[in-house]
Amino acid sequence: MTFSLYARRRARNLIAQTLAILATLFGLFWLVWIMWTTLTKGLGSLNLALFTQMTPPPGDAGGMLNAFYGSAVLSLLGIVIGAPIGVLAGTFLAEYSRKSWLGETVRFVNDILLSAPSIVLGLFVYTLVVAQMGHFSALAGGIALAFIVLPVVVRTTDEMLQLVPSQMREAALSLGVPQWKVTMQVLYRSALPGIVTGILLALARISGETAPLLFTALNNQYWTTNIMAPMANVPVVIFQYAMSPYESWQELAWAGAFMLTVFVLGISLLARVIVLRNKISHD
Amino acid sequence: MNATIFPSAVAGKRDILDARADRGFRWLVTGAGVLVLVSLAAAALSMLWGGRAAFQKFGIEFLWRDAWDPVMQDFGALVPIYGTIVTAVIAMIIAVPISFGIAMFLTEIAPKWLRGPVGSAIELLAGIPSIIYGMWGLFVLVPFLAEHVYPWVDANLGQMPLAGALFSGPPLGLGMGTAGLVLAIMVIPFIASVMRDVFLTVPTPLKESAYALGATTTEVVWDVVLPYTRSAVIGGIFLGLGRALGETMAVTFVLGNAHFLTTSLLEPGNSIAATIANEFTEADSPMYLSSLIALGFVLFLVTFVVLTIARLMLRQLARKEGN
Repeated sequence: MTFSLYARRRARNLIAQTLAILATLFGLFWLVWIMWTTLTKGLGSLNLALFTQMTPPPGDAGGMLNAFYGSAVLSLLGIVIGAPIGVLAGTFLAEYSRKSWLGETVRFVNDILLSAPSIVLGLFVYTLVVAQMGHFSALAGGIALAFIVLPVVVRTTDEMLQLVPSQMREAALSLGVPQWKVTMQVLYRSALPGIVTGILLALARISGETAPLLFTALNNQYWTTNIMAPMANVPVVIFQYAMSPYESWQELAWAGAFMLTVFVLGISLLARVIVLRNKISHD
Repeated sequence: MNATIFPSAVAGKRDILDARADRGFRWLVTGAGVLVLVSLAAAALSMLWGGRAAFQKFGIEFLWRDAWDPVMQDFGALVPIYGTIVTAVIAMIIAVPISFGIAMFLTEIAPKWLRGPVGSAIELLAGIPSIIYGMWGLFVLVPFLAEHVYPWVDANLGQMPLAGALFSGPPLGLGMGTAGLVLAIMVIPFIASVMRDVFLTVPTPLKESAYALGATTTEVVWDVVLPYTRSAVIGGIFLGLGRALGETMAVTFVLGNAHFLTTSLLEPGNSIAATIANEFTEADSPMYLSSLIALGFVLFLVTFVVLTIARLMLRQLARKEGN
């Protein structure tokens, strides 16, 4: 009786462990498949024209220069608008609202904003900016991306400032340094790698965002530097070209998808390296 | 601090300036914090405002009307809502057990040297932009399923009584089943990493006592780790659900964009997010546009509720941890 119970428990354990290993392999299987597809199809359609020519009309060869430029502008707008507000709001949470109901509420809402569907934020900016201005624009796209940057930066700034030892605050304050100077010159300096990491993660997140740009920056087949006009950008071009029946467009979409993946994963890797190096130096 | 209250008595000019700057900075950061609060409320209100025409015309019935006719200006949200729920449910049915397995592997089974790399690889999956999932789904997964999997499903499972209706239909490849699978692949890394992180918060003495009493790894995970982290695990699952409900690009590629109700998972359908993404730039009348924004409002409400539950559940464990 005892033996059979023992055997049964061991068998159950073995089965569960095998299933867990299979589950992990299942997860890794898709990763490998997706990366392999992006790599082979992307490398196959990669060429110099991608970086030197404009997006082509149907059936023609061309590149994505205007889309790369547009994506850079849109991401920059998103970061420039979103990151400073995010850092300030994160400072509010970590330094100015400990244990207050307002701080708790803001933190809670920020967490929800962090995982809110980006398409909803896109619609929000559409009614807020595009509907008021009467036309799509890169500026509206930048604002939509800023709303995605904001919660990421708030969260990381909040967490990083909380990691700063309170002795540093106390030491500075006891010397008579006003609190804003403590924040700017002591806390920010100490939490800088973490805050930069947050901004990098936000950048990685917005550079692949497609849905909010459909309603805000839209697309543009031509080169433009006017941020009040619709602007081409990599994700929307990929979307449009991949959904099209033209083979040359689809190939361009794969090349764009490859570049996008490399960029996004590169940024996340960089963010990770910064965090890791910082962690080691602190211990 | 006294200097700010009695500036004239002891404070010099510099102290006054500092006090002023201090107040200004406090206002600045408070303003930024409140802005976060306001932006969520503003998002809800602006969509309610943008969708007011649709809500006025169709009333609350908008939610369960199955019409979607841009020519007749007749709109209802039933088909997109149905598609959203079905795809998200499929995604969760696949993703939850798989994520649990991955989290168990990463915390209890894998040798130490393997945990870091495998964990990073799974997180890498979360970093891939959703449009890449969509393209891969459309160009690779859809043809594969249409050729190798769905014909078999239709021939074998499609004949079952009752459940057969779910699995019969033309093997197009596009459809709610495919969308659910792609969604599952996308949310697995999210749920798995939350589960792994909360499993790691279980105090080691607790686990060691169970091992010392002769418990197997499975029993430790099932009877010690899981009860300790139950609320946070549910929170992680809801976090994944929130993502699955609102995911746009991946679903748009593989769902087929068809506005009719079907019980079959093999047939094309539509979801709220995919409808908005597909039709927004084509919406040529104010009522059409308003209906799409009203759909967005519905999506916002649903994800808001799901995410609130998720955060409340996750918070319970943090409270137990004492921080």
